[in-house]
Amino acid sequence: MATKVTTPKPAELAESIKLIPPKTEWMDTPTEIKPGTFCWGAKGKNLGIVEFPNARDWNPSEEDWKLPENWQEIFLKGMKDLLGKYRSFQVFMDICVRCGACADKCHFFIGSGDPKNMPVLRAELLRSVYRNDFTTAGKLLGKLAGGRKLTIDVLKEIWYYLYQCTECRRCSLFCPYGIDTAEITMMGRELMNLLGLNTDWISGPVANCYMKGNHLGLEPHAIMNSIEGMIDDIETITGIRVNPSFNRKGAEILFVTPSGDLFADPGTFTCMGYLMLFHELGIDYTWSTYASEGGNFGFFTSNEMAKRLNSKIYAEAKRLGVKYIIGGECGHMWRVLTQYMDTWNGPADFLDVPVSPITGTRFENAKSTKMIHVTEFTADLIKNGKLKLDPSRNNDLIVTYHDSCNTARGMGLLEEPRYILRNVVNNFHEMPDNTIREQTFCCGSGTGLNASENMELRMRGGLPRANAVKFVKEKHGVNMLANICAIDRATLSASMDYWVPGVRVTGVHELVANALIMKGEKERETNLRGDPLPGKEGN
Amino acid sequence: MSLENLLSEKRSAILSRWYDTILETYPAETAVYLRSQENRFANPVGHSITHGIEAIFDDLMRGLDVERVSPFLDTIIRIRAVQDMTPSQAVSFIFSLKKVIREEIALDAQGDFPWQDLLALESAIDVLAVLSFDIFVKCREKLYDLKANEMRKMTFRLLQRVNTVGDEKEGSPEFATGDIDNDKQKEVPQ
Repeated sequence: MATKVTTPKPAELAESIKLIPPKTEWMDTPTEIKPGTFCWGAKGKNLGIVEFPNARDWNPSEEDWKLPENWQEIFLKGMKDLLGKYRSFQVFMDICVRCGACADKCHFFIGSGDPKNMPVLRAELLRSVYRNDFTTAGKLLGKLAGGRKLTIDVLKEIWYYLYQCTECRRCSLFCPYGIDTAEITMMGRELMNLLGLNTDWISGPVANCYMKGNHLGLEPHAIMNSIEGMIDDIETITGIRVNPSFNRKGAEILFVTPSGDLFADPGTFTCMGYLMLFHELGIDYTWSTYASEGGNFGFFTSNEMAKRLNSKIYAEAKRLGVKYIIGGECGHMWRVLTQYMDTWNGPADFLDVPVSPITGTRFENAKSTKMIHVTEFTADLIKNGKLKLDPSRNNDLIVTYHDSCNTARGMGLLEEPRYILRNVVNNFHEMPDNTIREQTFCCGSGTGLNASENMELRMRGGLPRANAVKFVKEKHGVNMLANICAIDRATLSASMDYWVPGVRVTGVHELVANALIMKGEKERETNLRGDPLPGKEGN
Repeated sequence: MSLENLLSEKRSAILSRWYDTILETYPAETAVYLRSQENRFANPVGHSITHGIEAIFDDLMRGLDVERVSPFLDTIIRIRAVQDMTPSQAVSFIFSLKKVIREEIALDAQGDFPWQDLLALESAIDVLAVLSFDIFVKCREKLYDLKANEMRKMTFRLLQRVNTVGDEKEGSPEFATGDIDNDKQKEVPQ
């Protein structure tokens, strides 16, 4: 006899599809770690290279994270140490009144719609553990006082959202107490690091940088090969063979840039821009294959690791006997250089206050770090009329400028890049006020979130920035997004491809070099990308 | 009264209820933000939805034009394709328009209600639903492309570093299509 099959009614089927999210409070809403939102776990060998604790291979999507048996003890002791060491962390744990001013300022919240990405709630994930274990009210009243026990699910939830914050600090701009969510994320990641819960995308570059001086693990010959390739391209385009030096003792200036500029397009075009500019000026500078990384992924692991990786910059400046340092276009590199390097590895009393060899301008703003940003250097050259520029070579480009979080909010570098752009392109349009300068929206992929496996997350975080680009594209026909950050150059390309197809990404010095009229150059037919210059399309 | 007139009369009520049902697909705290933040740059998701559903509804009224309506569907679905939603959740908002319209104009209808026209309108909404499915899949395919392209670029650079790819440059036809010919690589002098 055939079994009777019960066919569900349409209404029953429709009800089985859950279209509405749960209405539970955040503490009672479990977090599911989903593919597309997280980066792969660190490899034990990379953690071992820099002697990070609990080094092992692990996978965030597996149930077992292979934690040490006493992981709670390690976490809570680590938290106690950090609370004692950093007064700011203690204050940030205590002071939030949950006013919500930060809630809708985060690009990840705006793009994801996930309440746990509101900065206040993301911090609350960690703060609830703090209350439970470090405050009297929390110890006595637990959940009533906003506390919760550090269970394995709580640990996983904290980890998941710590790696959905790019430490961009936009939220802190709106906090009436000045709570810096970036610092909370840093503390949280430092705690995760104690348990070996790092990501592959961060720990790999850290290990590379520790061993070889740069995130990509490029050895001296690879760096020189890469730059040789650029020199060939420059010669093809301009007829001029630039001749940079490497590891040259006695040079006046050491130039340090993120290694992304050496290998990843469109950063390589920016790098060609530096080479052409410095050659044209004839300045006495050198590259280093040892201090071959301005970026610092150690900054996304622990304070101590960031300090160790940063130390090579001053060490190399001292070894080569240069007078000061110029740094390339990078974002977090500059947060580290302006706000940490001096106290970590200074004083740089063996260096001079930077003075432009071309204009004589003394960069008082860098009198302590002895390191200036290349856009400060170039803006000064233009201001003093030292560059011959033909902005019409960039006439096919309608440009807008994305302020990188770290250079804008971290060091107030707002005017120099814009000043340069206005001199090297004829078509420049700003994005809306509440999306630029101090209020700039993050690219969505900083702090080591620029892996590929978390692409959904990156696109969520990139939405607010892309939305503003889309607006100027529709209004002014913008087709090029300029910026001064290597991670921006790499990741905004994908973001534009998804959200605003037709807009490309460039560094500022690529546009400078396009416009730069070099002594003895041949008539240029193409820009640095090999695209025909305006008016030369038929050649 | 014609269906067109009924819909015109109830336009703002329908749009408002449709918007509410879409907001219900987000957590409560998020819905508050999406509803209250009026600046389009501070609230791109809310703006895309309100702007998009208005345009979609008006297009239905004028007679559905796939080319005209697709960009507005795209703006909403492109966002939902990367948010924490299942495919059904991402495109369900189209079906909810049927329910909203029925509740606004048809439930209490008596006498000579233009049922035939309503059925035709619902069929047009079904067309929107299948278009939405196409757009959703395209967005997801784009994401996979982005992932694959980044991995390919990385691999290409690694190969270039050990000199197995020779002189091919990013931007060359082979690279752009991802079709780096293995045989050709072998011919490159080492």
